[in-house]
Amino acid sequence: MLNLVWLALVLGGMAFAAVRGDVGRVADAAMSSATTGVDTALGLMGVMCLWLGLMKVAEKSGFVAVLARALTPLGRLLFPGLPKNSPALGPVFMNMGANLLGLGNAATPFGLKAMQELQKLNPHPDTATDEMCSFLVLNTSSITLVAAVVVALRAQAGARQPADIVVPTFLATCCACAVGLTVERLLRRLFPAEGGRRAGGRLREGREGPAGGRGIGGAAGWRGSRGGGPR
Amino acid sequence: MAREQRGRPAVKLVESASAWAIPVLLMAILLHAWVRRVNVYDAFVEGAGEGFWLAVKVMPYLVGMFMALGVFRESGALEVLTRLFRPVLEPLGLKGELMPLMLIRPLSGSAAFGVTAELIRQYGPDSAIGRLAAVMQGSTDTTFYILTFYFGSVGIRRIRHSLLAGLAGDLAGFVASALVCRWFFGG
Repeated sequence: MLNLVWLALVLGGMAFAAVRGDVGRVADAAMSSATTGVDTALGLMGVMCLWLGLMKVAEKSGFVAVLARALTPLGRLLFPGLPKNSPALGPVFMNMGANLLGLGNAATPFGLKAMQELQKLNPHPDTATDEMCSFLVLNTSSITLVAAVVVALRAQAGARQPADIVVPTFLATCCACAVGLTVERLLRRLFPAEGGRRAGGRLREGREGPAGGRGIGGAAGWRGSRGGGPR
Repeated sequence: MAREQRGRPAVKLVESASAWAIPVLLMAILLHAWVRRVNVYDAFVEGAGEGFWLAVKVMPYLVGMFMALGVFRESGALEVLTRLFRPVLEPLGLKGELMPLMLIRPLSGSAAFGVTAELIRQYGPDSAIGRLAAVMQGSTDTTFYILTFYFGSVGIRRIRHSLLAGLAGDLAGFVASALVCRWFFGG
């Protein structure tokens, strides 16, 4: 999909320029913007070192666990279907805490663990449960306290107050999250988990899973764009 | 260089909260680590070493996106696209120049970061487009990637309404970014 978008941008641009008879300028733009790309990446290196260093400190001191504990009441609200002492709650909160700090790499193992625990409660192992959908919407809207690397990007480009986007970003991401979770709640009934196979009976009342998690926890090492991508 | 003061107390509050966010987080993390007797400096250096590789890792994404957007803009195609989508985007407070970012944000984090970097460079960090790009980049995540990866890890094939909900969240994030930016930074 991304391949298509990229291809459309480049080929579309080239074709458009050819029609307008302005190919030379476009070729120049391609070359010079490639150079700018490298400059930008190099210029960000310092801030990335600083931020990742700080985040390593947070990781080692257990700061994520502190955040996770602070989130517990909120989590209860978001996952009413889970039993109070469910083993899924721990990794869910740790994942949320790590995401708040923008620790993509640390958040993923907790996220995978949370999915495994949720899968154990799942009566239809090939179908997502309501809790899984909530959890993933929480992840895709990614509430982050401080979008540090974006601030660095603005500083590098000479912004007057590079950090002035921090609170606006936080507010916007909260809106994204709230809307995502609301839509998820509203759509649940339109996309029922039970495919009509079993008659009657609510099945998903936190049954200790006969289904069992078919997890591949080792996949934590495989990280795509999310880990590498500073937000 | 003082910003134009618009005198609204809420705006001033948001402004100083933004300025304090990074120092406060930095102090909180370091103090907490100190109390927990972590070897702060050693941990910092260990983490900082990874910063170099992160920058190297995002470089190809930046080059790829800078190049594609450069071509698309210089050819005049972006202008046409912008004019085409103006009736749809304008009521939402969004601008056509941000179309590429909105398309790419749910697909790839690094690529979207490249787009944001390019927009900030091109239009200036304090321009409406530059600011909005920065806020949009920070306000949502790569929906497709997360769903594929997390559901795939436990073998779930029927994802039900999760993709719709995730994309609704993304769209809400974009529109909220535009509204918040307009409220805070002015038109």
